[in-house]
Amino acid sequence: MTIAVAMSGGVDSSVAAALLAENNPSAGSNGPPAVIGMTMQLWNQRRLPLLLGAEEGESGRASGRCCSLDDVYDARAVAGFLGLPYYVVNFEDDFEQGVVRPFVESYLAGETPIPCSLCNTEIKFARFIETARQVGADTVATGHYARVRKDPDSGRYRLFAGRDPSKDQSYFLFGLTQEQLARTLFPLGEFTKEIVRGMARAKNLPVAEKPDSQEICFVPTGNYRQFIDAYLNEQGKTLEDTGGQLVTTDGRVLGRHAGLGNYTVGQRKGLGIATGTPLYVIGLDTIRNRVVVGSNQELLKGRLLVREINWIRPVRAGESFEASVKIRNKHLPAAARVEARADGEAFVEFASPQRAITPGQAAVFYDGDEVVAGGWISSVLD
Amino acid sequence: MRRVYLDNNATTPVAPAVFEAMKPYFLEDFGNASSIHWYGQRAKAAIEWGRERIARLLNARPNEIVFTSGGTESDNAALFGMVEASRSEKKHLITTTIEHHAVLHTAKALEKRGVRVTYVPVGPSGVVDPAAVEKAIGPDTVLISVMHANNELGTIQPLEEIGRIAREHDIYFHTDAVQSVGKIPVDVEGLGVDLLSLSAHKLHGPKGAGALYIRRGTVLRPLLYGGHHERDRRPGTENVSGIVGLGKAAELAGEHLAEEIERVGALRDRLEDGILASVPLAAVVGDKSRRLPTTTNISFDYIEGEGFVIAMDLRGVACSTGAACSSGSLEPSHVLTAIGRSREQARSSIRFSLGHFNTPQDIDDTLEVLPRVVEQLRSLSPHYKKDAVSAQPAGANVKALAER
Repeated sequence: MTIAVAMSGGVDSSVAAALLAENNPSAGSNGPPAVIGMTMQLWNQRRLPLLLGAEEGESGRASGRCCSLDDVYDARAVAGFLGLPYYVVNFEDDFEQGVVRPFVESYLAGETPIPCSLCNTEIKFARFIETARQVGADTVATGHYARVRKDPDSGRYRLFAGRDPSKDQSYFLFGLTQEQLARTLFPLGEFTKEIVRGMARAKNLPVAEKPDSQEICFVPTGNYRQFIDAYLNEQGKTLEDTGGQLVTTDGRVLGRHAGLGNYTVGQRKGLGIATGTPLYVIGLDTIRNRVVVGSNQELLKGRLLVREINWIRPVRAGESFEASVKIRNKHLPAAARVEARADGEAFVEFASPQRAITPGQAAVFYDGDEVVAGGWISSVLD
Repeated sequence: MRRVYLDNNATTPVAPAVFEAMKPYFLEDFGNASSIHWYGQRAKAAIEWGRERIARLLNARPNEIVFTSGGTESDNAALFGMVEASRSEKKHLITTTIEHHAVLHTAKALEKRGVRVTYVPVGPSGVVDPAAVEKAIGPDTVLISVMHANNELGTIQPLEEIGRIAREHDIYFHTDAVQSVGKIPVDVEGLGVDLLSLSAHKLHGPKGAGALYIRRGTVLRPLLYGGHHERDRRPGTENVSGIVGLGKAAELAGEHLAEEIERVGALRDRLEDGILASVPLAAVVGDKSRRLPTTTNISFDYIEGEGFVIAMDLRGVACSTGAACSSGSLEPSHVLTAIGRSREQARSSIRFSLGHFNTPQDIDDTLEVLPRVVEQLRSLSPHYKKDAVSAQPAGANVKALAER
């Protein structure tokens, strides 16, 4: 049996690879190796050179970020250090179709999209597993902080948060199917980031001191708006994002906005209006091209609809249950009642209102540290 | 696990006799060929020995051979050197869409400097049409550069005819012969070329050594500036061991050329026939009648070449798809898309390239694992319709491919 480890060149996936290499020695066997390293080439950073501050034709680099040549170099160095066969696989076309385009479309529709979850379901745990199996690896592993357990009674696979609550990445993994969970190992699920960093040092991994990456991998500057402008420009299009009215929740016109793409729910700065009390973006009305603003109090909402739900623990339509619901990566899960509906939808009602529930982000339902299900926030109800 | 190397167009192992010939020039005869003393003279003699061997293989004169660091430098030196030496106001370069990046990217760089470049298109055969080259000629054309054998398809270009055309129009003619030298006869007189690039590591010589043939009387502006080495044509202390290795490799290749064409060609045919007989929906890409005896490029429907190469490597067989880019990830080959294949088709093409050290056992081992690897990849391909394929007799694959 061969395990394919997805190596990004960062500390986490490098330690995951090291742990697997130690526990699955290939030495002495005459068959295929027990562990191989693979890096997914997802996005060509040279495509939008202006984002990197480089002139066209120059070899601009976004160092320390996903898919840069430096990261591939690091991943290769770690694989070499561990004695693992190592390959780069090119998923650029699939990534653009499955992640970048939906990201841009969602953004243009007034949402605040979260591409990492989409990338996990479309690329990392779909395309990658497919390629791994094609080359003879039936199991894949990643450096995510999450845990998978097989339920001995039902035979189903269950997904749990990583042991380290500050690094838990289960929020991004809600879309994994049973088939995908069955083929996936998360060697770091039981560890804290501190321990992982310590292991990287103890094992003398070449990337032991590399800083963690923060931004969305294909938006090297961290500025979505700038990325979308550059991306549309490359496609020969321009952002049809015209200004409109900026109104209060009761319909009072306060001024003009500079295009919906410049705003996100919960935003306070950059509204260009001076009032006595601080104003926040409450919602984006794409139909009437309006930015709705209000007080911090008005940002608090209690009910939402979630679409395209993946039930990791099966729940029948019509059933309700109590859960902790997480509505963005840094959100502390809050108590709520979840009602499963038909067509992969759910209705969520928080015990107490939550701040800045944002369409386009994922809502993930937890039972303790177990992921019951997750989906995309389609609308927020008053 | 026994390993089989079928990627000799990427690079070749150094022949033991070549390695032996190079050895003295590291520890004993380490001199600088420009020095007056005994050490320098030994090095100088070794370089001239190497130059003679290369000249003999190409039917050239020794003083027409300039040593370089390899094929890429030779191509750059030829293109930049000829264009920059030209005194005409307007400059035009003719090349083809299936050249190696060492030529294509150099041409792109020249375009940025205001040089007009025509990239002559090439059809599905992978063979350049000389008439298309002639049609591209203008009053400002300073150089025609057409490769001898294509690295990915192995197709051999009609250099004699293009050489004749170049001569009739009084235009200089360069060829990138990196893939052909040492594998098929290369005669600079017969081909009618004025400049020819070659690289040692493609013919069982060492990496980092190459040469540019420059016909007597051809003046080009040097790429690098420095000392008066290589008759002022290429500065830098000579890579003596590399030059000796190149010379020895050229000598060996020349001695065994006819028998190796026969022997390696038979192995290649055995591999190709074996694959086509055992794998449905597989077809040879490019003109089979004008090819290097070492190379076959086969497209496997419903196969992602990248996965194929990895799966084969994990089972001990080294082959390749497309051209490796800087990160090691694989882009669809520009050669395959240039001859009209879609990105998908280009991704499903695999190059097997043989060399002097391949044996019948290598072919048997490959034919044993390959059909199973193809089946494994196809069975997991979302697009593969197994029922449609199992109904096909093995011989119908070319037709099925053509209909897609």
